[in-house]
Amino acid sequence: MAAEIGQLALILAFLTALFQGAAPLLGGQFSTSPLQASIRVATLVQGGLILIAFLCLTYVHAISDFSVVNVVENSHSAKPFAYKLSGVWGNHEGSMLLWALILALYGAALAVSDRASTLKTLTLSVQGMIASAFIAFILFTSNPFARSFPAPADGMDLNPLLQDPGLAIHPPFLYLGYVGFSLTFAYAVAGLITGKVDAAWARAVRPWALAAWVFLTIGIALGSWWAYYELGWGGFWAWDPVENASFMPWLAGTALIHSLRVVEKREALKVWTVLLAILAFSLSLVGTFLVRSGVLTSVHAFAVDPTRGVFILAILAAVTGGSLLLFALRAPLLQSHATFQPVSREGAILLNNVFLVTACATVFIGTFYPLFIDVLTGTRISVGAPYFNASFLPFMALMLVFLAPGAALAWKKGRLKATIGRLWPALAAAGAIGVIAAWLSWPGPIAAALGAGLAIWAGGGAIVDLLIRIKAFSSPPGAAFIRAANLPRAYLGMTIAHLGLAVVIIGVMGAGVWRTEIVRFMAEGDVISIGGFDARLERVIVEAGPNYTAERAVFSVEREGAALRDLTTERRFYPVRGMQTTEAGIWTMARGDLYLTLGEKSEAAGWAVRAFFNPFAVWMWIGAGLMALGGGVAATDAPRRLMRRAPTIDPGAAIAAPQGAST
Amino acid sequence: MKRILFLVPLALFVVLGIYFAVGLTRDPSHMPSALIDKPLPEFDLAAIEGETRGFATSDLDGEVALINFFGSWCISCIIEHPVLMDIAAREGVVIAGIDWKDKPGAGKSWLDQRGNPYVFIGDDPSGRTAIDFGITGAPETFIIDHKGRVRYRYAGPITPQIWQRDLKPLVEKLRKEGDDAP
Amino acid sequence: MLRSIISAALALIFAVASVEPTLAVEPDEMLDNPVLEARAREISRQLRCVVCQSQNIDDSNAPLAKDMRLLVRERLVAGDSDEAIIAYLVARYGDYVLLKPPVQTNTAFLWAAPALIFTFAAGMAGLYLSRMRRADNAAADERR
Repeated sequence: MAAEIGQLALILAFLTALFQGAAPLLGGQFSTSPLQASIRVATLVQGGLILIAFLCLTYVHAISDFSVVNVVENSHSAKPFAYKLSGVWGNHEGSMLLWALILALYGAALAVSDRASTLKTLTLSVQGMIASAFIAFILFTSNPFARSFPAPADGMDLNPLLQDPGLAIHPPFLYLGYVGFSLTFAYAVAGLITGKVDAAWARAVRPWALAAWVFLTIGIALGSWWAYYELGWGGFWAWDPVENASFMPWLAGTALIHSLRVVEKREALKVWTVLLAILAFSLSLVGTFLVRSGVLTSVHAFAVDPTRGVFILAILAAVTGGSLLLFALRAPLLQSHATFQPVSREGAILLNNVFLVTACATVFIGTFYPLFIDVLTGTRISVGAPYFNASFLPFMALMLVFLAPGAALAWKKGRLKATIGRLWPALAAAGAIGVIAAWLSWPGPIAAALGAGLAIWAGGGAIVDLLIRIKAFSSPPGAAFIRAANLPRAYLGMTIAHLGLAVVIIGVMGAGVWRTEIVRFMAEGDVISIGGFDARLERVIVEAGPNYTAERAVFSVEREGAALRDLTTERRFYPVRGMQTTEAGIWTMARGDLYLTLGEKSEAAGWAVRAFFNPFAVWMWIGAGLMALGGGVAATDAPRRLMRRAPTIDPGAAIAAPQGAST
Repeated sequence: MKRILFLVPLALFVVLGIYFAVGLTRDPSHMPSALIDKPLPEFDLAAIEGETRGFATSDLDGEVALINFFGSWCISCIIEHPVLMDIAAREGVVIAGIDWKDKPGAGKSWLDQRGNPYVFIGDDPSGRTAIDFGITGAPETFIIDHKGRVRYRYAGPITPQIWQRDLKPLVEKLRKEGDDAP
Repeated sequence: MLRSIISAALALIFAVASVEPTLAVEPDEMLDNPVLEARAREISRQLRCVVCQSQNIDDSNAPLAKDMRLLVRERLVAGDSDEAIIAYLVARYGDYVLLKPPVQTNTAFLWAAPALIFTFAAGMAGLYLSRMRRADNAAADERR
C-alpha cells in the first residue's frame, strides 16, 4: 500500500512541479500577486508530496517489504536497521528520489523565506522546471516503487561497502550541495530574464550559494574520510571519475562564492558570476550524468541502463543548453559602471577565479578525455592520479601564493607591497617551516615541504591579517576580542575558511606524501614498528556480525616500551553479496594516524598486515570542517538577516523547511 | 564581435553534448586489443589436470580459430558455455580454451559436467599467459586468422546474437582469406 | 524490469567473480632487495588495474592486479629497466594500462590544456583588469 501511495504522491508532485515551472509561461504578470501566490503554494505542495513519496519509500525499506523491487535489490532482512534506512538512498532509484526531495526542500525553503518578488517568483518557477524534469526521470526510468511478483523471501542485501555510517550520511550532504546549486542556477536564469543582476541579486543568491558550498564541502570530506578508513588502502583521494564528479562543482562553486562578493560589493563581474552559477549547477548535472549513465565505467564495472543516460543527457541539454542560450541572448545586456584598480580585493578575487576555473577545467578534461578519445579514435586510454597531480597541483600552489595577500587587500584599491609587508610574520613562519620540512624530508621530494610552506603562508597570513584588524598587538585582549566579534561575518567566515584550507593542505601533504608504510606477515606476538610506535599482534578472533562474519585482529600499541592502547582492525565477509570489506584500525592523533589493516592468512607465515603512519591525516577532516564552518559564518552576513518574512499561512511550509538550509 | 563571445559557452556545450551523446552509444565493454593484427603471443601451456593434451601457440597453425579464456570460478562463463558448445558442434569452428587461474581439477570437472567445446585446452594457473593476451576478465574470446594473427577480441560472454552479428561474419571472412591465400 | 535486474546481476557477477579478496600488496610478493622493491612499488603505481575503476595495481585487491605485480617484480629481478617493464605491459594492454598517459599525438591536447586554459583565462582577466584600471583612473580624474 505504501508503495502505491508513494507512487501516487510522486505523480502528483510531477504535475505540481509542471505547473510551478510553466505558470509564468501561461501568461499573466509576474508582479501580480495571484501568480506569485500560486507558484509559492505549488512549490510548497510539491515539497510536501515529494516528502510523502520519500517517507513511503523509507517505510517499505524499514519494514523490509520484499514485494518492492527496490527493497529486494538493496536490502536483506538481517541488515541492521540504520542501514535499512540509509539503504533508501544507497541505490540509484532511491538516491534520485532523495535528489528530488532536496530540490523540493530548497524550493520550499526559498518560498517561505524573504518577501515575494518578481525575482523570487521566477526563481521558484525555474526550480519547478528542474524539479519536473527530475521527477519525470524518476517516474519513467528509475521508479523506486515498482513491485516484484512474486515477492521473494529475502533480499539481495545492500553493497556492504555502503553499510557504514560515513557512507550512510555522505550522499545526503553531497546532494544538499549539488542540488543547492540549483537555486543559484535558478537565480542566475531569473536574473538573466529580468536583466537585473545587481547587489540585491547577489545578496539574495549568496546565502544559498554558501549553503550549497558548505554542504558540498562536508559531503566531499565525508566521502574522502570514508574511502580512507573503509577501503583499507591508506589513501583518501584517488581522482576517480566519481570523486571528480563531486569535485568539479565544488571548484566552480568556490569560484562562485568569491565572485558573488564582487557583485555584491561593486556590481562588477556580473556576466562572469552568472556564468559561474550556470556552470556550478551544470557540473552537478554532468556529475550525475557521469555516474548514472555509465559512459565512463570500466569494462567490468556496473550495469547501467542506457535510457537513463539518454534521459539525463536530455535534462542536461535542456538545463545547461537552455540557460547558456539565454545567457548568449541576455548577458550582453547586463551592464556595469563599476570601476576598480587591478590591485584590489576585486582583482584578487578575479585571480582566484582564474586559478579555480583553470583547475576545474583541468579536472574536467582529465576526467572526460578517455571518452573523447574513445569517441574520436576508438582507442582506450586511462587518465589517472599521476596526470591530475601533475596538472592540478601547480595551479593550487600558485593560488596559495596569492591567497593571503589577496584576501588582505583593500576593496577597490589596494596596496600590494604594504599588504605583504603587514603579513611578514606569516611569511617568516612559512619560510622557516618550509625549510625545516624540506630538511626533514631530504633527500625525498621537497614538493611537500613547498606545499606545507605555502599552507603556512596562506593560513598564517589569514591569522595575521585578522590579528591586525582587531588590533591584537596594540590593544588590550578584551577590546580586541570585542572587535573580533564585531567583524563583518563575511570577513570572519572567509578567514576561518582560508585557515581551514591551509589545514587541509597540511593534512594532504602529510597523509599523501610523508606517509610511511610497512607490509609484512605477522604471527600472534609479532611486533610491527612504524611512526615511532610498536604494534604487537595480540590475537585474531573470528566473530559473527548481524549479516557478516569478521576476522578481528587486536593489536596492543606501545611507544618506547610503554603500553598505550589497543587497536583493532577487521576484515568482514558479507555472504549474501559474497563481498569482503576492511575496517581499518586507526588511532587518530594530531601528529598523525596509526593505521592498521588485516589481510589474508598464510598458513606458514601468519597474517598479512599492512601498517601506515599517515602524518597529520586528521588535519584534512578538521580543515574541511573549518572551511564548512567559515562558509556557514559567511552565510549569516548582515543584510539578509534583517529581511525575514513573517510566518506564513501554509501548513506545508513547516514540514518542508529544512533546518539550516535557509541560513 | 562582443556578442560572439557570449555564444562561446553555448558552442562549447553543444560540442560537449555531442560527445556525451556519442559516448552513450559506445559499448563500454568494447576494449580494443593491443594485439590486433599482431602474431599470437608465444605460450606452451600444460594440460589441465585430468586431460592429456595441452595447448601451445603452434597448435593452431594455418587455422582460423577461437581462443576462449574461461574458468570454473567464472559465472558468466556458465552463461556463455552452451553458446560455445553450439558453435563448436554446428559451425565446425576450432575453439581452443585457456583455463585461467583455476584450481587443479576444477576445470576438468566443470567441463565434464557441461560438455567440452574445446579442441585444445591449456592450463594457465599463474595467469601469465592471460597477461600476454591482455586479458581484463573472463570470459574473453580472441579470433585468430590462418596466419596465426589476432584479428578480434571480444570481452564478455558471447551470446547467440553477438555470435551471429559480429563473430560469425568475421570467422567466415577470415576463412575465405585463408582459402584465397596461396 | 526483470531484464534490468538480470543484466544488473550479470554485470555484478562478471565483475565480482574474479575478486577473491586479498590485501593490495601482499608480503609474500615483495622482493627482499629494498631497492628493487621500491622500484616495483613505483612502477606499480603507474599501472592501471585493468579490471578496476581507476585504481593502480599497487592499491588493488583484484587477482589480475596481483598477477601484474608479480610480473613486474619478475622482470625487475631479471634485470629489466622500468621503461622496459612498462613497455612490456603497454604492448599487451595498450595505453589503457598507463595511469599517466604518454605524451603523444592523441594526448597532446590533454597535456597542453591546463597551460592553454590558464593562459586564456589569465589573458581575459588581464584584459578586463586593464580596462578596469583605465576606467577607474578616468573616473578618478572626473571626480578631481
